[in-house]
Amino acid sequence: MKVWFYRLGSPKWFYEISERWLPWLAWSSLLLIAVGTVWGLLFAPADYQQGNSFRIMYIHVPAAFLAQSCYMMMAVAAVISLVWKMKLCDLVIVAAAPLGAAFTFLALFTGAVWGKPTWGTWWVWDARLTAMLILLFLYFGVIALQHAIQDKVASARATAVLILVGVVNIPIIKYSVDWWNTLHQPASFKLTEKPAMPAEMWLPLLVMVLGFYCFFAAVLFMRTRNEILDRERRTQWVRELVKKVSSR
Amino acid sequence: MSMPRSLSTVFMAILRRDLLLAFRRRHDLANPLVFFVIAVSLFPLGVSPEKSFLAEAGAGIVWVAALLATLLSLDGLFRSDFEDGSLEQLVLSPSPLYVIVLAKILVHWLVTGLPLILLSPVLGLMMYLSSDQIVLLALTLLLGTPVLSLVGAIGAALTVGLRVGGVLISLLVLPLYIPVLIFGAGTVNAAASGLSVAGYLALLGAFFMLALVLAPLATAAALRISMTNS
Amino acid sequence: MALLRVEGLTCERDDRVLFQDLSFEVGSGEVIQIEGPNGAGKTTLLRILGGLLQNWEGELYWKDRPMSEVRTEFLANLLYIGHKPGVKAVLSPLENLRAWSALHEPVSDEKLMAALARVRLTGYEYVPCGSLSAGQQRRVALARLYLSQAPLWVLDEAFTAIDRSGVEQLEALLAHKAQRGGAVIMTTHHVLNLPGALRKIRLGKVQETPEVLEEGDLL
Repeated sequence: MKVWFYRLGSPKWFYEISERWLPWLAWSSLLLIAVGTVWGLLFAPADYQQGNSFRIMYIHVPAAFLAQSCYMMMAVAAVISLVWKMKLCDLVIVAAAPLGAAFTFLALFTGAVWGKPTWGTWWVWDARLTAMLILLFLYFGVIALQHAIQDKVASARATAVLILVGVVNIPIIKYSVDWWNTLHQPASFKLTEKPAMPAEMWLPLLVMVLGFYCFFAAVLFMRTRNEILDRERRTQWVRELVKKVSSR
Repeated sequence: MSMPRSLSTVFMAILRRDLLLAFRRRHDLANPLVFFVIAVSLFPLGVSPEKSFLAEAGAGIVWVAALLATLLSLDGLFRSDFEDGSLEQLVLSPSPLYVIVLAKILVHWLVTGLPLILLSPVLGLMMYLSSDQIVLLALTLLLGTPVLSLVGAIGAALTVGLRVGGVLISLLVLPLYIPVLIFGAGTVNAAASGLSVAGYLALLGAFFMLALVLAPLATAAALRISMTNS
Repeated sequence: MALLRVEGLTCERDDRVLFQDLSFEVGSGEVIQIEGPNGAGKTTLLRILGGLLQNWEGELYWKDRPMSEVRTEFLANLLYIGHKPGVKAVLSPLENLRAWSALHEPVSDEKLMAALARVRLTGYEYVPCGSLSAGQQRRVALARLYLSQAPLWVLDEAFTAIDRSGVEQLEALLAHKAQRGGAVIMTTHHVLNLPGALRKIRLGKVQETPEVLEEGDLL
């Protein structure tokens, strides 16, 4: 068990394993997202209240899920990195942060686009959008700190501490923003508040969510592999890999 | 061999040292406070001096200005010690860094947060707040400014020694300040609408307790990591 | 008995390998000088020994126990004077020493004044350190050597800005420390005159492994 755990932390092992997983993830994500998009945009029934504009949900909801899951994943990686000093986790955090920020931005953007036909403005300060905006700020902070520290190990550790401080704050922020929202907007619009979504509506959503997760994993693997090559460039196995590639 | 000193001795030693240091640089201490007053004054100038606007927005304005003024003062929390090598000595002390950090944060609050609280009634008057609201504002600041110092110390510790310092601290720390801001200003506004505020004050107290326990831990960890930056 | 033991220390900084598989011991009564050209990693090594840096591989032992287990005890037995001496400019030498000793061991003001006298700062005890010269400021830090009971001293560039008589005095102090069973690890560009107790460890540029690729190989 312990051997497995330490092997899990070896960048070289991850590089080899991810090589095999990557095509599966990439193709699955492509397939799932294509199916989900077509299904959601064309075949799912129109919402009786919002007409066709609600279809943006098929992008907004998966993006929002991923924005939050990515941060949670980074928090887990941060704990492992600080406690067990596993280098792979440092690299995963570096790879994941801009990805998570991108998903958060996508969620915000699609949330705004959804808002325009629904209540006439490009932005509204409702609880969920505002909490998502604050999550984007947290991501920006992580990315900024990462780039500000030169030493790679110190940068990884500092980022890990910041992520953990952020993760403790996320429930507090959610709670505060919800309360703040009730102070100011007695009737708040909830973006995914539907009394009961029929299967024809949530099945494509599920497909999209799965597709987004596969996409996230695929891109994360690719970015992590790049980080591994960069960080481990002095080791034997990377040099041999480069020799192999360059002699083709 | 030096015997590890008792926790309270170490705490008092750092407290005394930092208070002495602050006193020697007392002219610098006024800067965040002046900023506080100027920042608040910008709102009537930039938006509207009407009582209807200021009375409603006043608590929030004072709170935002307090936040920004605290941010300005955070960079100096560890920087001077870092630059002359004293921080290294503190990290190398056999006493828990937690206690040392806590003492430094206390001095920071005494020197930054407490004056803000004492100034707030004056600013409250300028914002046409009622006397009840002014008392409540001071109370929320009393509970909230320690949290600002505690959480801000984490940002200061993560960035000490980096050339970018100042703006980066703001970027890291402002999202973390948002809950305190919401409840700090929100409590005063809620009272104006007639809601009972005891629960919200208790919540602010809970934030304080949580920050008191966790923030020095994170700050100490961040300081050790920043030792690589010299 | 070996006070401090280093095994297989490897450190890489800014993509350069500073030292690889470095192992040595420091026992009672020894003065170790780490020498090498600028940038060879002398300060980095001292900081690793003090536990200030984290990106290194290898093992450290204090009195034959792993450092991770006995860190607090180690720190209680260590006096570290780094590149930057840790002297506050707005405080006077006396206030600086008072603040330092309050953290380590209680010392009366008379003893503090005596230590300042030993480093020839009599008459400057109440002057803000910012007004003192660089050499004088460093001597305020060196005054700690006369106050500390710690068995292990780690000194980075202790002789910087010290004049000839100060150097002789410091050398005598180090020799005396070694005689009494303490240990010193130091770096200095100065040529030390310490018959008998001195041992040198040389850090140099690790052989750069040749680049695998030539320019344009991957096209």
